[in-house]
Amino acid sequence: MNNLMAWLEERFNISAATKFAAKKKVPVFYGTVWYYLGGVSLFLFIIQVFTGILLILYYRPGATTAFESVKFIITKVQFGWLIREIHSWSANLFIFFLFAHMFSVFFSKAYRKPRELTWYSGMFLLFMALGFGFSGYLLPWNELSYFATKVGTDIAGAVPGIGEFVLRLLRAGDDVSGATLSRFYGIHVAILPAIFTLILGLHLVMIQVQGMSVPPEQENLPAEKKKYMPFFPNFAMRDFLIWLIVLNVIALLAVFFPWDLGIKADPLSPAPAGIRPEWYFMFMFQTLKLIPAHVLFIEGELLGILAFAFGGIVWFLVPLLDRKAHQGKRSKFWTFFGIALIVYMIVLTIWGYLV
Amino acid sequence: MNKQTRKKFLDTLLGGGLIAWLGAIIYPVSRYLVPPRTPDINPDSLDVGKVSDFQTNSAKIVRFGRKPAIVVRDKNDTFHALTAVCTHLDCTVQYKSDTEQIWCACHNGIYDLQGNNISGPPPRPLTQFKINFKNGKIFISRENMA
Ligand code: HEM
Ligand code: FES
Repeated sequence: MNNLMAWLEERFNISAATKFAAKKKVPVFYGTVWYYLGGVSLFLFIIQVFTGILLILYYRPGATTAFESVKFIITKVQFGWLIREIHSWSANLFIFFLFAHMFSVFFSKAYRKPRELTWYSGMFLLFMALGFGFSGYLLPWNELSYFATKVGTDIAGAVPGIGEFVLRLLRAGDDVSGATLSRFYGIHVAILPAIFTLILGLHLVMIQVQGMSVPPEQENLPAEKKKYMPFFPNFAMRDFLIWLIVLNVIALLAVFFPWDLGIKADPLSPAPAGIRPEWYFMFMFQTLKLIPAHVLFIEGELLGILAFAFGGIVWFLVPLLDRKAHQGKRSKFWTFFGIALIVYMIVLTIWGYLV
Repeated sequence: MNKQTRKKFLDTLLGGGLIAWLGAIIYPVSRYLVPPRTPDINPDSLDVGKVSDFQTNSAKIVRFGRKPAIVVRDKNDTFHALTAVCTHLDCTVQYKSDTEQIWCACHNGIYDLQGNNISGPPPRPLTQFKINFKNGKIFISRENMA
């Protein structure tokens, strides 16, 4: 081992990296638990890449092959059911942990100077994760996902001016068809993973360079009151332990709560009752449902889309908008805004499932 | 020529070259991503089966060109043919024999047998097809075509 290190050192000067790693430390205070969420999200993404690549080996995109190939995976391929279940469960947990991670950095004001770019890159990662979910949902080509995709892409088509163009771009034609499936597959397994990995890399590099942020009150404490633990091995071991627990939870979920494959999509059969998007789109879906067909002179759908686009932009730009955070103070307004958003999302999601 | 203007000239040349080069990549790629328009395969008229294939108070969904259409034989044995694509968000509609209405399960949109949107979110009526009978068979065609 020492010999290997010496060999590498001679050629690559790796002690620069190991010295950096040895100095890496994590603030210890009541909020330290929140630091695990990003790591869990990272772990789940690695699981997605790993199981996703395994699925590619048997999955065959196409209106006449997709459903059959997934069925083949879960009924014939040894442990195929396990790989698919883990991919599906971990996809859902991934989105959940991303949201949790985002809200935790939001409430600890970690987006304030100098970490604005980390926040922006994180928002891109979240959007892309939602894209992963939306595109992956269609891949099994079952009735539920077929109609959910029709509805989802039709909503995008309601935007005036560019709507029709976006709709055709997403569907690869005027209707949801085998061409859409090919396109979603390409987006899901090639385009998104490539861009996601790149931005994830940036996100992680920025975090390494800047270190962990602490909320304003902690930052203002006198130096002797601040506590730290070394990242290696103390925090890394804890990270690792949590990853193990997460993996076990996924395995339990996969075995005891399997995802149905459902019925194969048939464009000539009527839409079944209970068409709904994945749970993380539910609050938006339910909002659109509640807005009347026409509000004054605009279509209800359009109003909803504009509202969400506006909300998304405000949320994205919070490092610019929250002036107080830059001065190391907590803005009551933005804390309230975050809480209101969480309450809104939870209430509308539950509502969506009740009706 | 002095150094300053020469530097400026070279910068412009380089910058312009870079932009042209990016354009030469972005333009074909973005065109590639837009799916080509395929001509509408709109049959003039479509044979949807024999009158006897339909039971009273029932319906069938058929493919008219690229889109589904719904053909209903109502309680009084009158036939109705409508586009089966909900005007709300594109779901495929179905016939409810108990209420004798067209129903969209996605968001509970309801149309009458003439295609009028009578409740729920659909903003517009379904388009009606023209129905013709020939030798005990039913043919549907676009209203404006016949
Ligand atoms: C490099 C990364 C990935 C690859 C190569 C990949 C590949 C695949 C493949 C081949 C399928 C179709 C098989 C099937 O439906 O079971 C699939 C489905 C799916 N993927 Fe991914 N995936 C990746 C990442 C992700 C991520 C990050 C998410 C997170 C949101 C995700 C969410 C889904 C979902 C929800 C399905 C549908 C599962 C089902 O119902 O069967 N994927 N993926
Ligand atoms: S798609 Fe038919 S009611 Fe919404």
